[in-house]
Amino acid sequence: MNVENIYATFPELFLASCALMLLLFGVKRGNDATLFTGLIAVVVCLAAGVLLIKLPSFVEPGQAQLGVSALCHGCKAFGGMFINDAFAQFVKVLLLLASAIAIMLSWGYMERHGLERPEYPALILFATLGMMLMVSANDLLALYMGLELQSLALYVLASFRRDHVRSSEAGLKYFVLGSLSSGMLLYGISLLYGYTGSTGFEALAHVLAGEPPIGVVLGLVFVCAAMAFKVSAVPFHMWTPDVYEGAPTPVTAFFAAGPKLAALALFVRVLLQPLAGLEHQWVQVVVFMAVASMLLGSFAGLAQSNIKRLMAYSSIANVGYALVGMAVANEAGVQALLVYLSIYLVNTLGVFGVILCLRREGVMAEKIADLAGLSKSHPLLAVAMGIFMFSLAGVPPLAGFFGKYFVFLAAVQAGMLPLAIIGVLTSCVAAYYYLRIIKVMYFDDATEAAVDPVPEFSLRIVTGGAALLMLLFVFMPTPVIDSALAAAHSLMPQG
Amino acid sequence: MLLDLAAVFLPLLGALVVGLFGRSLGDRASQLVTCAGVLAAAVASVLIFHDVALSGGDTHAWVLANWITSGDFKVNWGLKIDTLTAVMLVVVNGVSAMVHIYSIGYMSHDKGVPRFMAYLSLFTFFMLMLVTSDNLLQMFFGWEGVGLSSYLLINFWYEKASANSASIKAFLVNRVGDFGFMLGIFGCYLAFGSVQFDVMFQKAPDLMQSSFSFLGASVPTLTTLCLLLFVGAMGKSAQLGLHTWLPDAMEGPTPVSALIHAATMVTAGVFMVARLSPVFEFAPDALAVVAVVGALTAIVAASIGLTQFDIKRVIAYSTMSQLGYMFFALGMSAYPAAVFHLMTHAFFKSLLFLGAGSVIHALSGEQDMRKMGGIWRKIPFTYAYMWIGSLALAGIGIPGVMGMAGFYSKDIILESAFAAGMTHHQAFGVTAYVLGLIAAFMTAFYSWRLLLLTFHGTFRGDHHTLEHAHEAPWSMLGPLVPLALGAILAGKFGYDLFVGEAMAEFWRDSILTLSYFPPRETHLGVGTTIQFAHHVSDWVGLLPLVVALAGIFMAYVFYVWAPSLPGKCARGLGALYRLVFNKYYFDELYNAVFVRTAQRVGKALWTTGDDAIIDGYGPNGVAALAVRLSQRASALETGYVYHYAFAMVIGLAGFVTWFWFWA
Repeated sequence: MNVENIYATFPELFLASCALMLLLFGVKRGNDATLFTGLIAVVVCLAAGVLLIKLPSFVEPGQAQLGVSALCHGCKAFGGMFINDAFAQFVKVLLLLASAIAIMLSWGYMERHGLERPEYPALILFATLGMMLMVSANDLLALYMGLELQSLALYVLASFRRDHVRSSEAGLKYFVLGSLSSGMLLYGISLLYGYTGSTGFEALAHVLAGEPPIGVVLGLVFVCAAMAFKVSAVPFHMWTPDVYEGAPTPVTAFFAAGPKLAALALFVRVLLQPLAGLEHQWVQVVVFMAVASMLLGSFAGLAQSNIKRLMAYSSIANVGYALVGMAVANEAGVQALLVYLSIYLVNTLGVFGVILCLRREGVMAEKIADLAGLSKSHPLLAVAMGIFMFSLAGVPPLAGFFGKYFVFLAAVQAGMLPLAIIGVLTSCVAAYYYLRIIKVMYFDDATEAAVDPVPEFSLRIVTGGAALLMLLFVFMPTPVIDSALAAAHSLMPQG
Repeated sequence: MLLDLAAVFLPLLGALVVGLFGRSLGDRASQLVTCAGVLAAAVASVLIFHDVALSGGDTHAWVLANWITSGDFKVNWGLKIDTLTAVMLVVVNGVSAMVHIYSIGYMSHDKGVPRFMAYLSLFTFFMLMLVTSDNLLQMFFGWEGVGLSSYLLINFWYEKASANSASIKAFLVNRVGDFGFMLGIFGCYLAFGSVQFDVMFQKAPDLMQSSFSFLGASVPTLTTLCLLLFVGAMGKSAQLGLHTWLPDAMEGPTPVSALIHAATMVTAGVFMVARLSPVFEFAPDALAVVAVVGALTAIVAASIGLTQFDIKRVIAYSTMSQLGYMFFALGMSAYPAAVFHLMTHAFFKSLLFLGAGSVIHALSGEQDMRKMGGIWRKIPFTYAYMWIGSLALAGIGIPGVMGMAGFYSKDIILESAFAAGMTHHQAFGVTAYVLGLIAAFMTAFYSWRLLLLTFHGTFRGDHHTLEHAHEAPWSMLGPLVPLALGAILAGKFGYDLFVGEAMAEFWRDSILTLSYFPPRETHLGVGTTIQFAHHVSDWVGLLPLVVALAGIFMAYVFYVWAPSLPGKCARGLGALYRLVFNKYYFDELYNAVFVRTAQRVGKALWTTGDDAIIDGYGPNGVAALAVRLSQRASALETGYVYHYAFAMVIGLAGFVTWFWFWA
């Protein structure tokens, strides 16, 4: 194997080998080692993140000696099937962070529900690996491979609570529908290959400049549909509420953060690089999905009483906003999308941190009404939840406001005023269900036995940290905004 | 300059201090602060009057600050004090100071003393702003300010429902007038390019022939502007048509009635027309309208006054009637006569009001004259004051020797009307003179009706009230002394300056009156209305005195010698009496035409416009729609995998169809 390939994919290789070793270790030591494997998995995620950022500077001094020619940003490996540009790095760092947090969120929950299995952290690592491959895919087949690696791990995770009927149902539904979307994806890929004779992104981009034949457009539609399924955009969103509600809560938290981000990043890369020539066509698809997602996510959320289900609709609406950034289809749009997703990722993990704290006599409390009186019994938790909800609703000066601001700004500057207007109006509708949670926490009296939140140490760190980030983003937004700009820049054809 | 500032801003200072800190200052300190402020302002006003009007000093003109600068439109906060303003300063600050002191006694048992004193001082300040303005906009500022203070003071006893509605009525009726005033100001800016008086006065003669096109008709510019401004004056000065608020405004405490609704605020309209005389003089048609409205107001108000039983309302209608006199004097270009009457009227009418307040005070709040009578022994001082006031109001005097204030001022108005009738205002002048004579008769009659019903005969209320009847304290009787002196002497000593020999020297350029050719039969040169008024036949000046004496005589016949006559007359006149007693049904008419219509329109807009359409389709409708949509949207989630798969396939098929057939 070429040494360049190893350097380019070093974080992925590191993650893969660690996951495999962890699996073996877990099998040998049994369920007692769960906490330990979890800790190791968190460390592995963080280490992979550090590698990702620091590797280029490690290697560069010895570059000549090793004969490595292109370990810079944007270097490619495995015959151009893998790319590690600034965009991929930005997303991967976020992914690793999300995975680490998701594992931390799961500890208490798994223990109480008799789910302490060492496979769990290993599965999350495998899913993360798949996502990293997706993000770095530079070929339709590499893309498919990453996607399937991620999906297979997620199917298992969704049904991880095997003795619980909702969890099994969720896993099964996700699997069946996921297979359908995989089929669509493969069919789309085959159409594209059939018309262009290539699966590599550069080759596709080269061939697809100019007026496309209808077959290519159909291929595009199929690929888009499969991607839309992964990001849960309307009308391919149907699995989301059921899976969010049925899956174990830490898994739901993971679903809401990592896979969504990875799929959106993949979606952006596919549309902006190989299919850039078809922009006129896919913008129509994306605009439709953005509008439909914003509308459905906002309105359907109004009627929900289960907070996990509510978060599912919230995620649909938020994907709608992210798709607005995608529909803009320029550097500003991608930058806005990345900023939006970074903020949303932290925000949503924080919300799930709070949800995981809520239980009554050892059973998870998942109804919105269960939050009543939280402001009196656990004021800090209520404040954190309040910050998350205000941020999701887009109230300045919290981070969520800036996410929406950049997206709508990009849309307005690109002349897509109707899209921005719909976005503002629907976020107004959605504000109702976010604010309702605050109202329930602060103004409703606890009716039945009050919830008895048990914020474990890890939950406290995640929730408090996320709340602080939402609160303080306004003071130092530049690191996120600048790296998002660099990432967006590297994605553009000229960059 | 310091003197001018003191005269204008000391009342404001008092109002601010007492208005903001009155609660902690306490009643006594509040009274002290406001009274001191206004008294000092009054002294300053007298000094200014001496300087500007008597010793012939220059007009005081100061620019205090820039107010608005917007393109060509520049307005300053300024003070312009010429003779006309100096007269108003003395009247306003003088009467206000007396009323302030009087209020110490009158309001002593009230729980809102600081608030009352602050409002009074605030009113005084706004009135001063109005009279010292050198431009229309600042005048409008004062104009609105006195309206606001009037509203606050009418509604001073805000627990009273009748006071609430009276104050709202006063405000709303004045809005109608103010609307005209505002249109007038806008128009003035368009026509003159400025709202500064100096600029306007300079350009007015050139605009005499100008006209503009409105809805296809050619309309004379100056006449239109003057009429619009006069609509404002009608509202503030309660002229016929916009007068309905004044009688109701008597719901306020009596000192308020004396200061605002007799002596000062209601004369703002008269002042405004006099101030704008250099414009009105070039719009003779507008002046004719002013004259007609004034004459009608004088007689209509006087006739209503004949039939009322509320002591304050009688005086209120009397005020309205006297304002009518002033306006028809203005309409005859006899501005000095109007301002002269304004000044004398301020003395005797505030005297009458405060005297009436003393009567009410003595009778524990009773205002109905049918429940009074024979109390002159109990309150001799008040009785004397009321006699003085009534004599002055009726215009009684001995020709050639000495007369009460009204004797001189009313005479010169009627003589001016007659003279104008002989010269340029043919029909209007004579008609106004005749109407004025009839009104003078009525004035004397209702004044003595009031005196006789209140103080003579036997007491008709319940005896507890009578036992408690007592003379007012000195804080109330004292301030009436200067007013009584004014009512006796102001005419005698003001005559020469205001309308007599020294007139030109006194007014100089603060009032402009054009000269006309004289009546054919005289041998005079060209002159002003007032100049001709001095040369009318003697009977013209004597007739008002004769009819006034006749009115007094009739009052004695009706209420002393033959007490059954009033009832018989009322029955005999039937419908006519009811028409007058019910104030010509103005309120009923306005209620039917404006108030009910407005209520109906408002209700329609509320129920169908706001509730049904705006709320229905707006907040409530959208919210209901959101709920329906959300139920539909969540109903899509059936839980069946094949539904979900179907939705995905349909979505895919939709996109494919779109691209296949349309894109």
